Amino acid sequence: MSQDNIVALQAVDDEDAGTQYLTFMLADEQYGLNILQVQEIRGWEQVTRIPNAPAYLRGVINLRGTIVPVLDLRRRFDMPVAEYTKETVVIVVHAADPAGGERSLGLVVDAVSDVLVAQDDDVASTPDFGANVPTENILGLVNADGHMVMLLDVGSLLETDRAVGGDA
Amino acid sequence: MAASILAVDDSASMRQMVSFTLKGAGYDVVEAADGVQALNIAKTRAVNLVITDVNMPNMDGIALIRELRALSSYKFTPLLMLTTESSPEKKQQGKAAGATGWIVKPFNPEQLLNTVKKVLS
Amino acid sequence: MSFDMAQFHQVFFEESFEGLDIMESGLLDMDPGAADAEAINAIFRAAHSIKGGSGTFGFMNVSEFTHVMETLLDEMRDGRRQVTGDAVNVLLQSVDVLRDMLTAARDGGEPDEERVTAQRADLDRVLADRDAGVPVGDAPEVEGSTSAESPGDVQPIGWRIVFRPHQHLMRTGNDPLRIIRELGSLAEMSAECDIAELPDLESLEPEDSYLSWNLRLHEPIDKAQIDDVFEWVEDDCDFAVIPVMPDSYDPAATAQPAEPDTATADTDKVPLQAAPPPVERRDTADRRKADERRKHAGGATGASSSIRVDIHKIDTLINMVGELVITQSMLGMLGDDFQMSRVERLKEGLAQLERHTRELQESVMRIRMVPISFSFSRFPRLVHDLSQKLGKKIELKMSGENTEVDKTVIEKIGDPLVHLVRNSLDHGIETPEERAAAGKPETGTVHLAASHRGGNIVIEIRDDGRGLPRDKIFAKAVERGLVKADDHLSDKEVYDLIFQPGFSTAEQVSDVSGRGVGMDVVRRNINELGGAIEIESTPGEGSAIVVRLPLTLAILDGQTIRIGDETYIVPLVSIIESIQIDDSMLNKVAGRGETFRLREEYLPIVRMHEVFGIDEHDADELTDGILVVVEGEGRKCGLFVDDLLGQQQVVIKSLEANYRKVEGISGATILGDGSVALIIDIPGLMRLAKQHAGRSDAAMALTA
Repeated sequence: MSQDNIVALQAVDDEDAGTQYLTFMLADEQYGLNILQVQEIRGWEQVTRIPNAPAYLRGVINLRGTIVPVLDLRRRFDMPVAEYTKETVVIVVHAADPAGGERSLGLVVDAVSDVLVAQDDDVASTPDFGANVPTENILGLVNADGHMVMLLDVGSLLETDRAVGGDA
Repeated sequence: MAASILAVDDSASMRQMVSFTLKGAGYDVVEAADGVQALNIAKTRAVNLVITDVNMPNMDGIALIRELRALSSYKFTPLLMLTTESSPEKKQQGKAAGATGWIVKPFNPEQLLNTVKKVLS
Repeated sequence: MSFDMAQFHQVFFEESFEGLDIMESGLLDMDPGAADAEAINAIFRAAHSIKGGSGTFGFMNVSEFTHVMETLLDEMRDGRRQVTGDAVNVLLQSVDVLRDMLTAARDGGEPDEERVTAQRADLDRVLADRDAGVPVGDAPEVEGSTSAESPGDVQPIGWRIVFRPHQHLMRTGNDPLRIIRELGSLAEMSAECDIAELPDLESLEPEDSYLSWNLRLHEPIDKAQIDDVFEWVEDDCDFAVIPVMPDSYDPAATAQPAEPDTATADTDKVPLQAAPPPVERRDTADRRKADERRKHAGGATGASSSIRVDIHKIDTLINMVGELVITQSMLGMLGDDFQMSRVERLKEGLAQLERHTRELQESVMRIRMVPISFSFSRFPRLVHDLSQKLGKKIELKMSGENTEVDKTVIEKIGDPLVHLVRNSLDHGIETPEERAAAGKPETGTVHLAASHRGGNIVIEIRDDGRGLPRDKIFAKAVERGLVKADDHLSDKEVYDLIFQPGFSTAEQVSDVSGRGVGMDVVRRNINELGGAIEIESTPGEGSAIVVRLPLTLAILDGQTIRIGDETYIVPLVSIIESIQIDDSMLNKVAGRGETFRLREEYLPIVRMHEVFGIDEHDADELTDGILVVVEGEGRKCGLFVDDLLGQQQVVIKSLEANYRKVEGISGATILGDGSVALIIDIPGLMRLAKQHAGRSDAAMALTA
């Protein structure tokens, strides 16, 4: 894991006091993550497989000495599986663990696209429209220049990831 | 140069509290965990004030005060004991040994600083 | 300056809990009637420190409760009270209550008020029990007042103070000027100095004090404030505080101390400029805020754990880092201007770097090592209480308490050890009658010993009781279907049966050993720590349980194995041997799964790629790969892998920190190339293999 494939996130000036979201592509749809919960972005690299884990759990990586699981969001949300390319990145997110401390998780996505600032008022609640992503993982929807961005809830991803058994 | 204070207590939390408070007020603080340690320190370097707990292993505060007062360099040095309300006889023993005064436990940092200011002014 | 006392709380709690342990062990050792003065003193000091600290850090309930204990101990210490068994027991229970109160204070909870009140009443009862007291002359402590009372209802408008230090006052470290200044800070003041007592220069002792003062405070401050100033010196001077009454009041009624009439000239009366800045009074609101902060912080710090480290360990570490820095700068210089001719020096430097890094690692690991006494310290109390309950006479011996072991091991070994000691007391040691009948001393002995052996710590629980009932165990195992009645088992194999789930030989389930938590759980806990447990027993003479644990949980000696492209670590302690097998050793018994013969035993084979679901692997034929023979929880099996890569020490990393527990995996480590390798949990893997084999009879083979 060379340093080159780690993109450090620069703090963006928070002028409008809105919430900043890092947006990324997944099966031609745009999704967003609260930027405060994004730890870093890395290129895809070989992971160590976990025996008997669900298919979406690609394995674990060494993130400066700690062991972090990496999951493929396409597989996680039952989207068509894609080959990993040069654009494929792993977004490492972190959130407080209800049991104390903090947990980190790597998410494999097709590509990172942008940083989006949205006022909380602009975030629409999630319609029950049969999308790929389970509603419990969605914070809401926001309209950015005419297209919809689905904002994901990092906490719930960490939670369900822990709860889903691998040895079932 | 900041006045130097020797804080003697076998309880680490007390010692830390005393030391932290005094250092915060700009004093130079040396710590000792019992009378024997304190006496050794006091013999090797001059301190301007000694604050000592009474009940300690090896050498208690009263004995420490007696030993210190017998040293020519500590003849006039303020020697304060940390004592509890419940032991007026300890105060008397301390006075007899040569203590300057006492600080009654429990005390808070402000009380400690006021007392120290008083004897070091 | 605002103050956050919460920063000292953690240290306070740690030392208070240590103090409680000292009190407890001291009380347990105490021989009623013939108590050792220094022992009582040590208990007293611990109580005293807890009281002082809790008062200072704001835990008033703890302080008040400890005060009663302290009073009792103080009387014992001074010989004013006899040390009775009753008093010792009440003090012991009070230690428990105090521990609860401190725990509640630390975790921001509430102590059990009822229990506290009841215990308090018990303490008061003992305290009031004058029969136990050694009669002493009445010694009521009456604070004598040396100053005149203020007369009548009329409020004074000021105070007149006569202050005449005794000659030795300065030799107590006090200073008349300081006292005068302090008075001056209370109210507007004027002062006159009286030099009448000043002797001739020849006879003057420069270290003595000869002056006296007449002071006037021109404000009607509280008299207590003035008394406070003289508090330290009331026996080292004469002083009088006389109220100055308004003009309407008849001053003749007040006793006037005689003006020193020997004063000669005006110049002898030196007016003192006594106007130091007024003492700052702290705003109570500030303090309240600090209190609230403390409350919040107190709750948050409860969970964090810390470790006390011997200063020598830190020094070693610092030296080590120093060496490392030197090596690094040496290598840096070498690199700045490198020529091939210096390649030998480079190699040397790198070797040195490796050595220092390894030493540093070892020193860092040593920081986590604490003496096993932290775990042993609870046993005197446990044995004391339990032997009373069981009506047995038992002496506890301990040795090797200073043997050091990783803090995590200490934390996790506690419960299993308690269970083993309880078992020993409950089932091992006989009643005094039985012992007498068997020609043994009435008092049984339990010996708890710790020592280092190789890279392990070995803890032995040895008793001189009746030993394990071989026949009873065997009969029970047959009844449970664990063995057949005609099986021939060695003694050791029979004893090992008690580690099987659900096995309990107690004729009655007593409330001591309890039900449910059996030896199987104890063994599992010890296995989870990477340790092992063994039993030795001689009928009629006693038994010994030997627990072997790794010194640290942070580092593991591992064997790297390969299955396809994947690398795993097998703990070296679990490996018996690694073999290549030929067909003659294989045995595919119908209905018993794949097994192989190793000397006299038939052991099941676990195909790792199947159990772990690894699609790409080299060998399908058992004869093409390698069998790693491992042992866990008393069972053995052969792990079928593609290759053995090498042995190395690995640092154990948690998988659960960011993920969750994975069956068959105990953790992960980072290899030299930065990639992650998983560490195999042998007992877990065996369970997994059993599930994997499903209904096939391989499961049977694994339990056999």
